[in-house]
Amino acid sequence: MVEEIGRTADGDIIINVGPQHPATHGVLHLVITINGETIKKVEPHLGYIHRSIEKMCESLTYRQFIYVTSRMDYLSSHINNHACALCVEKALQIEVSSRAQVVRILLDELTRIASHELWWGAMAMDLGAFTPFFHAFRERETINDIMEETCGARLTMNYIVPGGIMQDIHPNFQKRIKDFIKLYKSKISEYDELVTGNIIFQNRMKGVGYLSAEDAISFGVTGPAARGSNISCDVRKIYPYEIYDQLEFVEVLETGCDSFARYMVRIREMNQSIRIIEQLVDNIPEGDFQTKTKAVLKLPKGEFYQRVETARGEFGVYIVSEGGTTPYRIKFRSPGFSNLSALDHMARGSKLGDLVAIMGTLDLVIPDIDR
Amino acid sequence: MQEFKKEVSFVEKNKIAIKKKNMFIVNYIKDVFNGVKSLVVGLRRTMYYFSHHKEIITEQYPDNRDTLVLPDRFKGEVILVHDENNEHACTGCTACELACPNATIKIITKFDISPEGKKKKAIDKFVYHLELCTMCNLCIVACPTDAIKMAQTFEHSVYNRAELTKVLNKQGSKIREGVE
Repeated sequence: MVEEIGRTADGDIIINVGPQHPATHGVLHLVITINGETIKKVEPHLGYIHRSIEKMCESLTYRQFIYVTSRMDYLSSHINNHACALCVEKALQIEVSSRAQVVRILLDELTRIASHELWWGAMAMDLGAFTPFFHAFRERETINDIMEETCGARLTMNYIVPGGIMQDIHPNFQKRIKDFIKLYKSKISEYDELVTGNIIFQNRMKGVGYLSAEDAISFGVTGPAARGSNISCDVRKIYPYEIYDQLEFVEVLETGCDSFARYMVRIREMNQSIRIIEQLVDNIPEGDFQTKTKAVLKLPKGEFYQRVETARGEFGVYIVSEGGTTPYRIKFRSPGFSNLSALDHMARGSKLGDLVAIMGTLDLVIPDIDR
Repeated sequence: MQEFKKEVSFVEKNKIAIKKKNMFIVNYIKDVFNGVKSLVVGLRRTMYYFSHHKEIITEQYPDNRDTLVLPDRFKGEVILVHDENNEHACTGCTACELACPNATIKIITKFDISPEGKKKKAIDKFVYHLELCTMCNLCIVACPTDAIKMAQTFEHSVYNRAELTKVLNKQGSKIREGVE
């Protein structure tokens, strides 16, 4: 029997979503086998934006390789930089001043809110609501302005260096964060009015994209996507880095296991980030912003691993050092790659229209997956 | 007695069934009402912003080019700072060249001969490849004499790629007195 082009032997249709498709938020190529409107298989094809970042890092010194990680998960670039700096500090046993630690966490949490806000706008846009996107960008713009003033860039900051932060904070830093908290608190109710309570939105999210706790663990799903399935996996709580163990915040967990649970985790997580920022913004200690380090950093021979919690899940940096100025091998454990592997399992049996909703709740950033 | 019991249970069952049916209808109407209400709540917010459009939150670029103020730390491009005497502070130590991850900077040095006959290292050309630069700020941090800094320009589009390769030291400029 001659197979018809674009059909399987069973007569199911094979269609392509992407690589240029607005709902995939980047160059993700999904090859989907459908029977009628029911999805039978989702096969992600990767590599359209592969830049061989891990290989590139092998020729860069321990100060230089940090900037590259901003280009992976560009929405939580600050947290990626943080992970790299922490790994180098761990290897060299550098003590970071408490001022630098507090500023780093403040910026981390601001980045997390900015990332979740963009996700919220994009999520609603995936489901056909266009207005929330502009509402989300209004608040996100305020965070970007803070970043621009203190770090000098809006998206790819490269502000964290081994030993502290690159420059001292801007004099307006604290005032602008307080303004942002005020703005955020006055506007967050709009998020629920516009999207969360909406009946069309709820019907499209509840019971869609079921991911049980066992499956989430076996696929290696981390971050808000796993916490929607009631898995406690927040690195800030389990393996606290910096001063996270001294801060008061709750690890957000939902038991729904569906798209709506993952949505609610992110919405509630933003409030927890605001809580962390409120605790720290008035308590930035005085002192050096950067510990004096050697001009040329040489890591001792060995293997070093550091994990942090980005907006999408667990991000890990694994450095193998031969004792030289450049790493022998670097491996990045990116959350997006593992989360994507669960997409096939979640989307099987659901309708084609729900695929975009399921993909939206995973919050995929494609350069993070391809690296 | 048993028959009577059966009858009661049958009647009760029937009652429960009717009640369930009624509850179903009540819940259905409730769902419809709540659904419409949730849409109205969302639309009210939309209509509020539709009628209160005084608050402009977008940047009116490029109409606001003259009034646009970027923060001092904004990383636009690397420049070599020259004072009014056309003097700069670059000694040609190539610290920035070594710090750069993308080989953006290339410093070509020469030897100046001072009136006393001593040889002194100085820059001939400070070549900067803007097309390779990622604005990571590492060169600025590495510079021991604060000779270079980030400018706030951001409109870098040109028609020819070669125009992005710049020589930063101006014609006839020399190193400032006292900078080592």
